[in-house]
Amino acid sequence: MFSLRDKKLADDILFQIEKAQVHLRFMHVCGTHQDTLVKHGLDMVLQKRGVEIGQGPGCPVCVTTPKEIEEVLLLAQKGKTIATFGDMIRVPGVSSSLQQMKTEGCDVRTVYSIEDAVALAEKHKGKEVVFMAVGFETTAPTTASVLLRGPPSNFSVLCCHRLIPPALQAILEMGERKIDGFIEPGHVSTIIGTKPYEFISKDYRVPQVIAGFEPLDLLMGVWMLVRQVQQGKSEVENEYARAVKPEGNRKAQQILTQVFEPVDVKWRGFPLIPRSGLRLREQYESYDAGKKYEKDLGMLTEEEFPEPIGCLCGEVLRGLISSTQCPLFGRECTPETPVGPCMVSSEGNCQIQYRYKNK
Amino acid sequence: MCLAIPGKIIELDREKQTATVDYGSGTKRKANVSLVSVKIGDYVLVHAGFAIQVLDEHEAQETLGLFRDLLSLEEGG
Repeated sequence: MFSLRDKKLADDILFQIEKAQVHLRFMHVCGTHQDTLVKHGLDMVLQKRGVEIGQGPGCPVCVTTPKEIEEVLLLAQKGKTIATFGDMIRVPGVSSSLQQMKTEGCDVRTVYSIEDAVALAEKHKGKEVVFMAVGFETTAPTTASVLLRGPPSNFSVLCCHRLIPPALQAILEMGERKIDGFIEPGHVSTIIGTKPYEFISKDYRVPQVIAGFEPLDLLMGVWMLVRQVQQGKSEVENEYARAVKPEGNRKAQQILTQVFEPVDVKWRGFPLIPRSGLRLREQYESYDAGKKYEKDLGMLTEEEFPEPIGCLCGEVLRGLISSTQCPLFGRECTPETPVGPCMVSSEGNCQIQYRYKNK
Repeated sequence: MCLAIPGKIIELDREKQTATVDYGSGTKRKANVSLVSVKIGDYVLVHAGFAIQVLDEHEAQETLGLFRDLLSLEEGG
């Protein structure tokens, strides 16, 4: 019986990688990939065989900008009910975090799904419920689906959704780090399919493999990249075919386009990345917290909110350093006392390193 | 964040676009199925309360074949 944790098969793949005698640097953009790599020690095993593999800007909570954090804090302070996913609550802003504000009496709720936030708005008609919508292409369709259904008018969305392919291009354009191949995120790819990655291979000659999340998926993904490099190819291959169809999820893509339009946005640690964010289209404007509370939020400008002092989350997210190279790692910055978002999120590189390697 | 959990659809309400998904070990939860076309018995990936894709059993079996092929190809030549 086939098992995705078959030790013999893992050994066979590692043997082939070793035999290839390569010195390569790959990047992935997914916290779940990083979790699998570090938890099972695959990062070290691969490093010994000449393959260095690290995380790029693949953690939606981590790439939210300091300004976005201040926006949600301000809305909480103004008496709105804030609903968002668990990790977001603990990300520190300049003066506070949602968690801190909750202890000071602000109404902050952790939800598992955007539907829970809508249910809150339906139940408490007198409250203004703002859902802070973070997440990549995997999560954005859930926001779109809910808005198409016409939630109550006391519900709105602070839209922080972002798109993966433009970020890959930004990394390559910045050219700060040699990248011999990308492991692409499996669940983002269930939605977008293989096509949106193709320009990366064509224009930048970088091999790519979409991979699943079991240890064998990742080892196989790495091996497929090694083979492409050896054969001088740069293509988009799909290791995760059991979940990723070449065309992706057309239904989800269609409603994404219906509700959102691409917009230039900043990512933490990055300059403005063209068409890498999603904005609600005009007909859904009444649900756009950015517009609804424009008067309050208009006071905030990007320049006012620098990264926390000493925090190297930006360098970690661009794949320039490993978390343990940050002077704050494990000292001032721990999961209990996070300085930057990469130590807060369970998908953040720093938190993962701390969780598995700092025991 | 992009974590998605596989489960089997055991009940389906097409009108409300919800399904009961069995994740094994007795864990069952409602999921929104507005993003997929599904029937009872399908395996789906669920992310943040929404089924985002139907899993392909045939492809899952093929994965093994693909792995073996790639490796033996390499050993052979």
